Amino acid sequence: MTTKDPLSPQIHEIVRAQLSRRGFIAGVGGVGAVGLLAACGSKTKTAAETAAGAGGTVRWANWTLYLDYDTKTKKYPTLEAFQKASGITVSYKEDINDNDEFYGKVQGQLKLGQDIGYDIVTLTDWMAGRWIRLGYTQKLDIANLPNKVNILDKLSTVGFDNGRNNSLTWQTGFAGFGWNKEKLPGGIHSLDQLFAPANKGKVEVLSEMRDTMGIIMQYQGVDIESGFTEAQFMNAIDFLQKKISDGFIRKVAGNSYKEDLISGDALAVIGWSGDVFQLASENDGKFDFAIPESGGTLWSDNMMIPSTSKNKVNAEKVMNYYYEPAVAAQVAAYVNYICPVKGAQAEMEKIDPKLAASPYIFPTTETLNSVKVFRSLTPAEETTFSTAFQKATGN
Amino acid sequence: MAYLQSMATRANSFTGKKGRLPYLLLAPGLVWLFTFFVLPIINLAGTSTQTPVPGGDTGQYVQTFRFANYIDAFNASREQFARSFIYATLATLLALAIAYPLAYAIAFRSGKFKNLLLVLVIAPFFTSFLLRTVAWKQILGESGFVVPTLRALHIIGPQTTLTASALAVVTGMTYNFLPFMTLPLYASLERIDPRTLEASNDLYANAFTTFRKVTFPLSMPGVVAGTLLTFIPAAGDYVNAAILGNPNTTMLGNVIDSRFFRIVDYPTAAALSFMLMAAILILVTLYIRKSGTDELV
Repeated sequence: MTTKDPLSPQIHEIVRAQLSRRGFIAGVGGVGAVGLLAACGSKTKTAAETAAGAGGTVRWANWTLYLDYDTKTKKYPTLEAFQKASGITVSYKEDINDNDEFYGKVQGQLKLGQDIGYDIVTLTDWMAGRWIRLGYTQKLDIANLPNKVNILDKLSTVGFDNGRNNSLTWQTGFAGFGWNKEKLPGGIHSLDQLFAPANKGKVEVLSEMRDTMGIIMQYQGVDIESGFTEAQFMNAIDFLQKKISDGFIRKVAGNSYKEDLISGDALAVIGWSGDVFQLASENDGKFDFAIPESGGTLWSDNMMIPSTSKNKVNAEKVMNYYYEPAVAAQVAAYVNYICPVKGAQAEMEKIDPKLAASPYIFPTTETLNSVKVFRSLTPAEETTFSTAFQKATGN
Repeated sequence: MAYLQSMATRANSFTGKKGRLPYLLLAPGLVWLFTFFVLPIINLAGTSTQTPVPGGDTGQYVQTFRFANYIDAFNASREQFARSFIYATLATLLALAIAYPLAYAIAFRSGKFKNLLLVLVIAPFFTSFLLRTVAWKQILGESGFVVPTLRALHIIGPQTTLTASALAVVTGMTYNFLPFMTLPLYASLERIDPRTLEASNDLYANAFTTFRKVTFPLSMPGVVAGTLLTFIPAAGDYVNAAILGNPNTTMLGNVIDSRFFRIVDYPTAAALSFMLMAAILILVTLYIRKSGTDELV
C-alpha cells in the first residue's frame, strides 16, 4: 500500500491528527432512522443530465491507493482501458483521506449548490448516509447502470440507501486484528491476546470509532447491528479508556498504523483487512490478519454522484464499468478488499487463483457471519458517542 | 512675519502629510489583518456560543449566545490545557538552553563561518515541518539506530520506547522551534558593541561576570523575542503530540482538531481556540511586563 509514496499517507494522517479511513455500512441490518430518511433521495437534474454529453470529464474523488495502479507507467490500467473504449476522460483524484475532513471541505458549496469539483465521491457508509439524507446526491439512472445487478446480495439494499438508488458500493472490508508474525507467532484472535502484558505499549487501535468500538462491544457480548444502548456503548468506552490509561495503547490511529507495523513500533493492531494483506505481500508475509473470535466489523465505501455534478451520465458510465466482473477482479487483485461484484471471483481465477480463494476478498457465508455492521446512529447519538470516544482517546 | 507664517503653513502641510503617510503605509497590512484575522475571529466568536439545532443533523448549529460553552469546554479539556502549557514551557526552556550557546558562538566565535552557520540554522526550513517531525519518529522509533544503541548500552530497558511519550513530544517541539529561538538571540548578541565587553574586562570583571552583567542583559531583547516565538507556537502545536505522542500526551491543539473534524462540534472547538488565545495573551503580557523589556521588543 505504500509502494507509490511511502510518506504521503502518513503525512495526510498527521495533518488531521487522527485520520480515520473508513467506517461501516450504516445498516445493512436495516435499522435506524437513516433508513426512513433515505427515501428522500435527491433532486434530479434533468437539465444537467441532458447537458452531459459524451465529452464531459468525470472528476472522481477516491481514497489513496484504492484503484489498481501500475508503478511503471504511473497509470491506472482499468481506468486507462475505460477511457480508451468510451472516449470519456476521467480525472481520478486521491483526494479523500478522511470522511469528516472531506465533508468539511465541500459542505459549504453543497449547501449553496455550487460545483464541488467532483462528479463521483467515494464515502464510507455513515457519511454516505448523511449526504443522501441531506439531499447532496443525485438519484442514479438504472438505464445507465445495467451492471448494477451484479452487486452482492448483502449490499444490494442498505439502511442508508434503500434499494441503492443513490449509491453503489466501491469496496468493502473487514476490521479485525493485524499483527507481526515474527514477534507474535501465536497470532491475535481475541482482545485478551491483543492486550496481553507482553504487548503493552505496542498496540494501536483505529481512530475510526465504529471499527474500534464495534470490536470491543462484540467482545463484551453486545450486538452492534441491533439497537444497543448508550450504556452498553459507554461500557466499551470504559474498557478502551482503561487500556489507554494503563499504557497498552500506543496510538489511536488511522492509516499510520501500517508504518508503525513495518517499523516494529507496533506489534499488534486493530486494523483493516486489505491494508494488512497488502502490507504482508510487500513484506514477505511478515504480517497477518484475522477476524476477532468474538466478531469483527464490516464497512463499505460508496460511490455517489454529488447533487452539484453536471456530468451525471458519464459518471454513471464509469460506475457501470467498474461493476463488470472482469474489471472488478482486476481492481480487487490490487486493493485486496472485499469485491462487491458478483462474478468477479470467477474472473479472479484467471488473474490469481490464490486471491480467488481468499475469504477476505470473496468472503464465504461463514466469514460474513463472523462480522457485523455497526448500526446507524441518530445525529444526537453520533455526537454523544464520538465525543465519548474522542475523550477516551485523549482528545 | 509673512515669512514665518508661510513657514508655519508649510510645516503644517508637512505634518499633515506626515499624519496621513503612516496610515497609508499601514493600510495594506491593516486590510490584510482585518480580512484574514479580525473577520475570522469575529466569526469564531459567533460560533463559540452556538448550540445544536434541536433535531438537526450532525454539524448544524444555531446562535443562542450560550456562554456556558466556554465553561463546559474548559472542564472537558483541563488536562490538555495544562499539558499544552507545561510542554510548551519545557520546550521553550530547553530551546533557550541549547540556542543561547549556539547563538553566542555564531555571533562571537564563528569568524568566517558565520554566514554558513546561519544558513545551517535556517536549513531545516527547507524541508516541511511535518516531514521533519515524521523523520524524528523514525529516528527515535524501533527501526532507528537510537533505540537499539541505548538498549545495547543498557541505558534503557528492552521494553522502553522513546516515541509515543511525553519526552518525545517535548523534544520534538524543542527541535522544531529551535531556529525561532536562535535567530533573535543571534540578532541581539551580534548587535552588542564589543567595546562594552572590553570595558568590562578592563574593569577587572572575569568572563562569567562579564556575561552576567553585560552580555546577558544586553541580549535580553533576543531572549524575550526568542522565548515568545517559541512558546506561542509550541502552546498551540498539535503536530508533535500527534506524531510523537500517545493518547496520554495530547495537547489542546489535538482536542480542537478532534472537535472540529471528528465530532463536528464547532462551538466547543471555537470556544477552546478562544481560551487558548486568551491564555497565551495573558501569559505573554505578564511575561513582557515582568521581564521589563517592553520597550526593547
